[in-house]
Amino acid sequence: MIPVLAIENSDRYVGGAYLVFLLLLLIYVAIMAAKLARIQRELGSLAELSERRGGRGSGHDVGQIHDREQAIETVRGATHREEAAR
Amino acid sequence: MANALKSITLRRLAIAAVLVVGAGYALAFFAAPEDADQGFIQKIFYLHVPLATVALCGWIVAAIHAIRHLRTGDPKHDARSYVSIHISVIFGLAVLLTGAIWAKGSWGVWWEWKEPTLVSFLIVFLLYATYYPLRYAIEDRDRQARYASVFAITAGAFVPLNFLAVRLAQPLIHPRTFSSTGGLPDSMLWPFLVCLVGMGLLWATLVWFELDSKAASANLKRIRRALEATA
Repeated sequence: MIPVLAIENSDRYVGGAYLVFLLLLLIYVAIMAAKLARIQRELGSLAELSERRGGRGSGHDVGQIHDREQAIETVRGATHREEAAR
Repeated sequence: MANALKSITLRRLAIAAVLVVGAGYALAFFAAPEDADQGFIQKIFYLHVPLATVALCGWIVAAIHAIRHLRTGDPKHDARSYVSIHISVIFGLAVLLTGAIWAKGSWGVWWEWKEPTLVSFLIVFLLYATYYPLRYAIEDRDRQARYASVFAITAGAFVPLNFLAVRLAQPLIHPRTFSSTGGLPDSMLWPFLVCLVGMGLLWATLVWFELDSKAASANLKRIRRALEATA
């Protein structure tokens, strides 16, 4: 049985629908803000870690880290290949 | 065209989304006339229909990225597919909630199980809700990405089929925005189209924002691993 049209208090429903969407967006933004805060904390701890090792956390240092990481990955890859060959 | 696309940044996209969404809803509330049959409650359609259209298109975009991932094996396409599904699921939830509110105000009930448009959208939404447990049930990252891509393609193919089936089905009471027997008049169509473009821009902004956030997290993990490896 299909219900009959019952249009009443339309302002309330229109306001409610737009508020629900706004609320969903706000929840999403709040979750993303929490993620951003976590990234910032992680960045802070990495900067500390880097400084403790004598670096100053500059872009040059990050470049060096990237080079080191690539070298480590190359060594790891070679080790895995050797193990697989055995 | 390629240069124009390169000049788009997240900041510019976000500003464009805010401006177009703002303009769209200003037009919907202050320029578009009230619907003769439904009255003021029809204003929900300027939110509900663009949300539904963009969510469905977003799921198809996710399927396209999934195809590119399976063809190239590039994880960036998997990330794009995942984030497209994620934002579309949020939009889909908003579609169901705003639709229920409209149904209550217009039909007097929150939900009507006999209406194919409502039920089919719910089925598609629930289908995509199963994407998360499927994806995170697999530990191996490569397998996880491959299986998620297969899911995104299969479910993505279901979206237009579902849309067609609903159009072919005998509509009960859910109104049709575009139909051969007369859809929206021009005075309502233009505000609606501006809202649709604005919602599309908002979707693209959120997808880009989340992709950037994921890339930043991944880069941080790489730096941490490198620092710990050189300790």
